[in-house]
Amino acid sequence: MNLDARVPSGPIDQKWSNAKFEMKLVNPANKRKYTVIVVGSGLAGGAAAATLAELGYNVLCFCFQDSPRRAHSIAAQGGINAAKNYQNDGDSVYRLFYDTVKGGDFRSREANVHRLAEVSVNIIDQATAMGVPFAREYGGTLANRSFGGAQVSRTFYARGQTGQQLLIGVYAALSRQIAAGKVKMFNRTEMLDLVVADGRAQGIVVRDLVSGKIESYAGHAVVLASGGYGNVFYLSTNAMGSNVTASYRAYKRGAGFANPCYTQIHPTCIPVSGDYQSKLTLMSESLRNDGRVWVPKSADDVAAASKDPGSIAEDKRDYYLERKYPSFGNLCPRDIASRAAKEACDDGRGVGPGGRGVYLDFRDAIKRDGEDTIREKYGNLFDMYERITGENPYRVPMRIYPAVHYTMGGLWVDYQLQSTIPGLFVLGEANFSDHGANRLGASALMQGLADGYFVIPYTLGNYLAGVPAKSLASTGSADFKRCETEVNERVARLMNVKGKRSVDSFHKELGQIMWEKCGMARNKEGLEQALQEIPELRERFWKEVTVLGGRDTFNQSLEKAGRVADFLEFGEVMCRDALEREESAGGHFRTEHQTADGEAKRDDEKFCHAAVWEYRGDGETPARHVEPLTFENVKLATRSYK
Amino acid sequence: MSDKPLNLTVYVWRQKDAKDAGGLVKYDVKGVSSHASFLEMLDILNEQLIERGEEPVAFDADCREGICGMCSLVINGRPHGGFAGTTTCQVHMRHFKDGETIYIEPWRASSFPVVKDLVVDRSAFESIMQAGGFITNNCGSAGDANAIPVPKEQADRAFEAAACIGCGACVAACPNSSAMLFTAAKLAHMHFLPQGQAERMKRTKAMVDAMDAAGFGNCTNHYECEAACPKDISRDVIAMMNRGYAKASLTYRDPAAKSGE
Repeated sequence: MNLDARVPSGPIDQKWSNAKFEMKLVNPANKRKYTVIVVGSGLAGGAAAATLAELGYNVLCFCFQDSPRRAHSIAAQGGINAAKNYQNDGDSVYRLFYDTVKGGDFRSREANVHRLAEVSVNIIDQATAMGVPFAREYGGTLANRSFGGAQVSRTFYARGQTGQQLLIGVYAALSRQIAAGKVKMFNRTEMLDLVVADGRAQGIVVRDLVSGKIESYAGHAVVLASGGYGNVFYLSTNAMGSNVTASYRAYKRGAGFANPCYTQIHPTCIPVSGDYQSKLTLMSESLRNDGRVWVPKSADDVAAASKDPGSIAEDKRDYYLERKYPSFGNLCPRDIASRAAKEACDDGRGVGPGGRGVYLDFRDAIKRDGEDTIREKYGNLFDMYERITGENPYRVPMRIYPAVHYTMGGLWVDYQLQSTIPGLFVLGEANFSDHGANRLGASALMQGLADGYFVIPYTLGNYLAGVPAKSLASTGSADFKRCETEVNERVARLMNVKGKRSVDSFHKELGQIMWEKCGMARNKEGLEQALQEIPELRERFWKEVTVLGGRDTFNQSLEKAGRVADFLEFGEVMCRDALEREESAGGHFRTEHQTADGEAKRDDEKFCHAAVWEYRGDGETPARHVEPLTFENVKLATRSYK
Repeated sequence: MSDKPLNLTVYVWRQKDAKDAGGLVKYDVKGVSSHASFLEMLDILNEQLIERGEEPVAFDADCREGICGMCSLVINGRPHGGFAGTTTCQVHMRHFKDGETIYIEPWRASSFPVVKDLVVDRSAFESIMQAGGFITNNCGSAGDANAIPVPKEQADRAFEAAACIGCGACVAACPNSSAMLFTAAKLAHMHFLPQGQAERMKRTKAMVDAMDAAGFGNCTNHYECEAACPKDISRDVIAMMNRGYAKASLTYRDPAAKSGE
């Protein structure tokens, strides 16, 4: 497997400029002769589709929702980082780069991260020009707030719905290109396979979710922006439809999958309330700017604290993040805050039903700033909390617990965002490159838009310049037909199991295994058990699952069945990756590898690399390859937020 | 709040496809936790149906936290159940009593045909957006974001209009199936901002015309849309749109049209 990252030469702050100059161009008159397939319509995919169409390419864009505006980027609450230094508080491109590399626990690729920090400033300009109503100061300038893992205020936001506002900006640009005929949009259409011919990605096979029809589309290149795989855990903050299928199908066609074990568990989510639970709701990290996290100092006070938190005197509370990490306090990175919450609960000091919860308390902030100020900043989040729990967070502290939120792993890409399959590009959460082993808050929106608005328009041109316009594949060719037949057979197989159990029941069971054994803390024994249990569960799935309804019609059970079938294979790759990575880094915490005070212990000698998995056939163990990571600018050091 | 599980009777609209006449079917749902969400109650019903070998109820839902706009049920005659500022996916069962009967139907509007059961086709909204719901500005051409100050009050009003999630409850609630709150919210979002001024007249005319072409009805001032809107969008935006449309109809001429036409 060729893992040449094609990182440009030169000093870190000139690499992107050099790369842009060295890239080949497609002349404007020729761009209209190329067709590009974009899978996904979130910040990465939507921005890519719109921007490529603006340049003159013909774009075919696919999403499984009923409108591109519903992609899961929409749910991002807190904000988007950019190194604007509007606050004059010491921010710079280099500092954002440094914070992101450090925040990722030194497991990302330096050159990609620096480029991300560089283009971050353009994103804010572009979004503002598109009419994104960011929060403003009274003088009319843009407002900022601070976020975890940073000591400067560089986060731009639109109350608690920054994701929706940025996505509407992207969707507006996309709508303009659809009207102009440059983008053909396929809503309620799901990619089920990638067509690779002559060693290049040349098209995709999709299912029209309304008619059930299986169809193929050809392109000179395929851009995947299909999001992350957090729903392998069943319960996560992801939307119900978020899935790994597009990425996993590409993996099975030869794309390397990098660091699947890197998953982000977000510290501030509303705890699970029962076995009927279908998803978990995030409470934005921005709340940690003013909320203080605590549990009782003594397990003896747990019952009283659960009943009436206000009855616990100040000296009996353990503000454990402030105690353990005095310089970052409640704003320490997500992986650290999550693990600390788990520790407190494992210690028997968790509050609420089942003892799986900690308090996020606004009492002091309300006393200091007044309820109106807090309402202005977080009103919609407080309302959301009250709607779900029936409790008023202005009076009673929020009860929160970590939940699966984001996946840093993804398809391996080089500096040009190309996967190991030529012509297959991967953007946003679906790729692996920028966040290392842990993503900092407000960086996902930044990366999605950086990839879609400012990176792919250059790197895709560089690729297409070497592909003859006349080489567009025919969907009637043998390669396409073979792929279509395989997809049809797979759909038929799912319909024909005709067992008794629902798809969801299997998904829940898989989620249980993943959360227990490949969740916030992992160890050899548990991972080995999971590697036994997942294939067994998969076998039962293919014997006992039932998919009712027809295949040539709208059928949500069938949609879910295909996605869960892929999760049942992918979960195994994740556990294998977690087992092989004998160190702790960011979101990947191996209990065997920790310092005396319980912090993650990296092993830079053996694991300062991205692990890239190559599919070798069903039932075969995938091959593990490595891309060594070199740190020429940020010195490899033990991450400290103390 | 009681923690006692609820036993409910639900009447659910079942319709095989767009051509089928459809009808309400009665189901008993037992043992629903009062902490479950409304859609989780439907998940429980679907599990029970699958166990009996019956096809589960089709309904749209994705983020299940009130922001993607995918969910869309008329609950007891009210879009999203009629709880203030709440989408269907944010409704929790604690609002219902043990033994209660609940009616669940899809959005009802001729511009939103039923796809299956409770799922409708809202692509008419897409056509309104494509007609002009954007600011023309190719990526790469933007100046510094702070170069154009936007007064906070204006930015806040733009934000409040932009909070629309495109769910379609306004249409479902309106006796005329009017999409004026949706269209006007989109226009207001852009027209409160300096960036939206250049194309203001053209945009207003194009989006209103697209709205009419999609078959949505007119506003006769019932304001059911405002009451049903899960994002509390004010009906004031409709007045703003009407003023804008009148002005655009009188003074705006499409530069692409030939002279004399």
